[in-house]
Amino acid sequence: MDIHGVELDDTFAEAFDMTATRLVITAHDANWARHAATSMTGFATSVIGCGVEAGIEGPVAAERAPDGRPALAVLLFAFDRDTLAKHIERRVGQCVLTAPTTAVFAGLEGEPVNLGRNLRFFGDGYQISKVIGDTRYWRVPVMDGEFLCQERTGAVRAVGGGNFLVLAASLEGALAACERAVAAIGELPNVITPFPGGVVRSGSKIGSKYSQVPASTNHLYCPTLRGLTETRLGPEIGAVLEIVINGLTHADITRAMRAGIEAACSADANVRRISAGNFGGELGKHHFHLREIMA
Amino acid sequence: MSGMSLTLRAALSLPVDLSALEPRRIAQMDPRAVGALTLPQGNGTVRVDQLFDVQRRDSGATARLEIHGADGRLDGVGAGLEDGEIHVHGRAGDYLGRGMRGGIVEVHGDCGAFAGAAMRGGRLTVVGDAGDFLGGPLPGRRHGMRGGTVLIHGRAGDRAGEAMRRGLLVIRGDAGANCASRMIAGTVAVLGHVGPGSGHGMRRGTLLLRELPALPATFNGNGAHRLGFLTLLRAQLAAVDAELAAVLPAHARAERWVGDRSVDGRGEVLVWR
Repeated sequence: MDIHGVELDDTFAEAFDMTATRLVITAHDANWARHAATSMTGFATSVIGCGVEAGIEGPVAAERAPDGRPALAVLLFAFDRDTLAKHIERRVGQCVLTAPTTAVFAGLEGEPVNLGRNLRFFGDGYQISKVIGDTRYWRVPVMDGEFLCQERTGAVRAVGGGNFLVLAASLEGALAACERAVAAIGELPNVITPFPGGVVRSGSKIGSKYSQVPASTNHLYCPTLRGLTETRLGPEIGAVLEIVINGLTHADITRAMRAGIEAACSADANVRRISAGNFGGELGKHHFHLREIMA
Repeated sequence: MSGMSLTLRAALSLPVDLSALEPRRIAQMDPRAVGALTLPQGNGTVRVDQLFDVQRRDSGATARLEIHGADGRLDGVGAGLEDGEIHVHGRAGDYLGRGMRGGIVEVHGDCGAFAGAAMRGGRLTVVGDAGDFLGGPLPGRRHGMRGGTVLIHGRAGDRAGEAMRRGLLVIRGDAGANCASRMIAGTVAVLGHVGPGSGHGMRRGTLLLRELPALPATFNGNGAHRLGFLTLLRAQLAAVDAELAAVLPAHARAERWVGDRSVDGRGEVLVWR
């Protein structure tokens, strides 16, 4: 099977159950909302090293933002609710509370997870609770006025680790294809691509020759190991890049993979194959078969 | 579900306590059975059908009670209400919606004292004026409203929102003396004038006004601020009464006074022009 002449491997991406929430960060203008959102979703590429995986989902129209200001939605994913709560508090406390003019609100309903519940103590007793409707907010005095935050957000079951590999004749071709794919995925709701620029070059396998290292380079797709180890790269492949997608539902990831693969395979003769990363299907319960997605 | 309509036959010589007439309780009853219910009046009791014509009304899925011809002596209407709707045409008596926890009470007229006292939830609307102690504590108790929404289209008497702990109290007209006094938390919004002593003894909470009253000397000026929560509050007010959104400008700066410094002092009077 091929997409615009690009071969589609008969394989699947393997993804995992996760817990996720959406936060809506508002600010005086879009610039400051982006500063806060970029900061709080930084160093959040993989749960293995960062605790959570996070990214900017996209802008929220001012009329849909709780306080009517320019807003961005961010999604955070963790393996369990306690870890998610810990990182929400840490990241919002360090990156949103600190950013001028910002406020933060829950963007999902679900199992309650603390958002501003403990951050309020920064107010040193001068914080003000305000219940509006059935929702409690905290007004924390800060040097530019007040930091407004909702007491809790909602956590939902989600899926992390949807992916596909772009195999191209050159690194430039792989990069260009991935940039198109990430842009296409960025237009979709409910998904993020948590790695830098949405693209991963260090695809990994489980385990290593070193006992203390839980994951190591995916030698099957490393062009510089061709001829040295088992490989899945033909002589025409010069570089491989991966796009990892987390989404609120299986369907969201399916939609994002389709849009990303379609974009990667269009307008570039440099891309040779599309493949996907999995662990034999025994670790993650979510399997995304490329040929079914693109059928 | 169905509704019931009670029409007062003649003016009452003594107040009668209607708190037993819960819409959900009587919605499925036969009108004759409703008529046979007894209500406290004076030091005795009286049958419903001695005072009212009772008729069934189709009200769709909502348990609804309509009271027509109210003369200001029907006390306790909607007291303890948990769900359903009560619509009063005429003047409701004292203790309207006392301790209600949910549902809707609407009065197309005025009401007496202690309306919404110790209320915990639901929505209470009075198209006319309200008496003293609106949303305040019951006599001898420490806390006033602890939740829900009260909207008064007209004026309110003295001590509106006294010792209020949570919830939203909106008065479109004037409020009497000691409005929001001893307030613990929650929000009181008055679009008209407030009487003397307003905010006195305020520990926390928000008194939202459109002009600065003569506050107790124990309030301090805090400056003008653009407060994010006011946008959320404005949306809530607009949901209660769409006209309020037009009165209160979006993203406006509010002049803020903090106090009462003679007590906890973390309350605020916001003047939103």
